Parts: sequence; C-alpha cells; structure tokens
Amino acid sequence: MIHWFKQNLLSTKTFYKTSSYFLPWISTAFIVCFIYGLIGGLFLAPADYQQGDGFRIMYVHVPSCFTAMFIYLVMAFCALLTLVWRIKIAAIAMSCSASIGASLTFLALVTGSIWGKPMWGTWWIWDARLTSVLILFFLYLGFMALRSVIPDHQNRDKACSILALVGVINLPIIHYSVNWWNTLHQGSSFAQLAKPSIAPTMLYPLLSMIVAFFLFYSLILLIRMRNEILLRDIKSQWIKEALTC
Amino acid sequence: MLVTLLRSEIRMNLRQTFSWATPLLFFVMVVCLFPLGLGSDPIALHQSAAAIIWVTALLAILLSLGNIFQSDKEEGFLDLLLLSPHSLTLIVLAKAFSHWLIYCLPLILISPILGFLLHLSPYEVGVLIITLLLGTPVLTLLGAIGAALVIGVRHQGLLLSILIMPFYIPILIFGTGTMLAASTHLVINGYIAVMGALLLMTLAFAPLLTGIALKIGANQS
Repeated sequence: MIHWFKQNLLSTKTFYKTSSYFLPWISTAFIVCFIYGLIGGLFLAPADYQQGDGFRIMYVHVPSCFTAMFIYLVMAFCALLTLVWRIKIAAIAMSCSASIGASLTFLALVTGSIWGKPMWGTWWIWDARLTSVLILFFLYLGFMALRSVIPDHQNRDKACSILALVGVINLPIIHYSVNWWNTLHQGSSFAQLAKPSIAPTMLYPLLSMIVAFFLFYSLILLIRMRNEILLRDIKSQWIKEALTC
Repeated sequence: MLVTLLRSEIRMNLRQTFSWATPLLFFVMVVCLFPLGLGSDPIALHQSAAAIIWVTALLAILLSLGNIFQSDKEEGFLDLLLLSPHSLTLIVLAKAFSHWLIYCLPLILISPILGFLLHLSPYEVGVLIITLLLGTPVLTLLGAIGAALVIGVRHQGLLLSILIMPFYIPILIFGTGTMLAASTHLVINGYIAVMGALLLMTLAFAPLLTGIALKIGANQS
C-alpha cells in the first residue's frame, strides 16, 4: 500500500501539480491572518499595565518561537519517513525546512533580546528557555552545514535524516538538562514572571499571528519544495511539459 | 571475531607512535593554558577547574574522533566490515570501545594530576574520575555518529565539531554539576545516576544509528 502511495499520491509530479492549487489559498489565508494579527496586536489591543506598549513585540516573538520549534518536529517526522519508507517528498520537505527554521529561530532570539533590554534591563541572560532556543539554533545550523557538504542528494537526504533524528531524540534531554542547570546556578528565573491570564483582546491577535506564522511557513515551504523538485528532476519529461504549457 | 577486531584495532592504533598521545598532549596543554589566562589565584582556579577539565576533555575527544572511521574508509577496510556477517551495531560498538580505550582512558588517567594542578581536593578528584569514566563513553559514542555522517567529506574536523557539540551539552552540564555538588559536599548519587542513565541510553541508540550512517557513508565516493 505504501508503494502505491509512493507511486501516486506522494510522487514529485503529483505534488508539483496539486501544490499549485493550494498556493493561492494558503497565501490568501496567510494575508488575512497576518493583517488581522498586525492591526489587532498593534492598535486594538490595550497597552499592558506593566510593560506599556513594549509588550507588542510579543506578536512577533511568540509566533516565531512556536513555529521554529514546530519546524524541527516536522523535520524529524520527515526524516523518519525518508529513512523508513524512502519517500522523496519527505526528504525534500525536510531539507527545505531547515533554513526556514533557522531564520525563525534567529528572529525569535533577536526579538526576545530586543524585548529583554527594556523589560529586564539586559540584552541576554542565561535563562533556561533562552539557552534552549539558542541550542535549537545551533542544531539548525549544524543540519544546514551537513546538508551543504554532501554533494549527492540521495546520500545527503539520508545523512541529514539521521542527524535530524538524533537531534529530536536529544532535544528533550538537552532541554531538561538546561532547565536543571539553570535552577542550579541562579535562584530566580523570569519564568515565574509569566503572564497570568491574558485578556481576550490581546489573545485573539496573538492566536491569529501564530496561525499566520504557520501558514507563512507552509507557504514558503511549498514554494521552496516546488523549486527543489524542478532542480532535482530537471531532466525528466513531465517537467518539460509542465514548463512549456 | 569481535575480540579479534578489538585487539587489532588497539594494536594498530598503538603502533602509530604518536596518534594515541596527541589528544592527551592537547588535553594537558590546553588545561595548562587556563591558569595563564585566568591568573594564578587558587580560589578562582578551583572554582572553574571542573568546567576547564570537562570542556577540554570534550574538545580533545572531538578532535580524536576525526580518524575513527576515516582510515578504514580510505583503506577499504570499512567495506569489508560492512560485508561481514556480524551485526554492524556490535562492530561499531567494538570500534567505539577500542577508540575509548586508546584515546579517552589516557585522558582520565592523567586528569588527577591536572585536578591537583587546579587545586582540587582529593575527594573532588575522585568524583572527577567517576564522572569522566561515565561521561567520556557517551561523548565517544555520540561523536561516532557524527564521524560516520561526515565520512568522505573533506575538512571534516570542524564540521564534525559543530554537528556534535550541541549533543554534548547534557553530559557537560551533569559532569560539571556533579563536581559543583561535590565541592559543596552535597549528595552526588543522583547526578551519578543521571549520568549512568545517559550512558545506558546512548549505548542503546548510538551504535545502531552509527551503523546506518556508515552504510550511507560507504556509498559515497
């Protein structure tokens, strides 16, 4: 059955053709969510009683952080599909996700640091959460480094899959050991300063922005995957037909 | 067969006169650089001793791992190992164990001297040796995955380091954490148990993944 799926639903050709129908829908949904999130977050939501208008960077920071972590899970799932069932599309999705994940992690770190300066009085602190995200960023960069050095793409996909799997097995261990390390070294943590319950006028734009970031990821991923498919199968007949008509 | 492999590996590495001593010398020299950089204050040195020794040991192991599979690949021995009827996981385990014996055990043996140079007490030195004994096999096994992934890639030394270093963080945290607890005379059983758990988990997963990675690496020209 898997074989049938691979031949029909999961072939690069089918993917290339069906994905073109999805692209406009995803981009429309992304624009709607993004605009509502921006307007709601920047103008409609009231200023925070403690942080003033400074908290509004949350509307970029939180979604990018969520998406960045989600992307690593997607990559690990694709890695499993690549290694076990050798699904080509999964390998392409995995390798195209890495740089999107890395840039979103970077965005999360930068916005977090900008948020931290006025609120905590420092650009960076060795807090458990911050350190975990930084390590996630290193994992993405390592993955991209490995991807860039292996020339043949079949070997590259498999090697990268193993790295992604090792990463996903290790991420919880790293996360908990970093948490543990932090409580050991410094008593107070900013995690205790977590917002109590958030007002709906602040929450809905945030949720909308999170959805927008997920849509943005899938949009960029689709475009990059289509590009990668064109590059890999450049010599095949169906691409010539698809490009000429 | 595995015993034969183990024995020949050890013999081969020992006969290349200096290959086993290079990580050791690196370890000793880098540790000796720290007092020069930090200043000779005994209290400051004692405070950072665990971190210095652990980070340096970690780097020395990473540097030594570059050649765990590389020469086998170049000589064609790797293809023979892949063709052999024995389980690849066990073969990897034997190779990793011999690598640990040749390159990591000397580091552990020399670490008491370095510990005393950095003003650790005898009790702390004992704890240091226990943590190193539990931690360095994990570092070797995890590093073997990376070494198998980058096999056949030119200039792989630095690449291997950046691939594997994030995975070394838990061991580093628990290794130095144990030392911190020991220096304040807290109970260290829990830390040791966690390091043992990490070792068992790595023993279960890493050789398997290394085997898969080696099969891919063997396809590469």
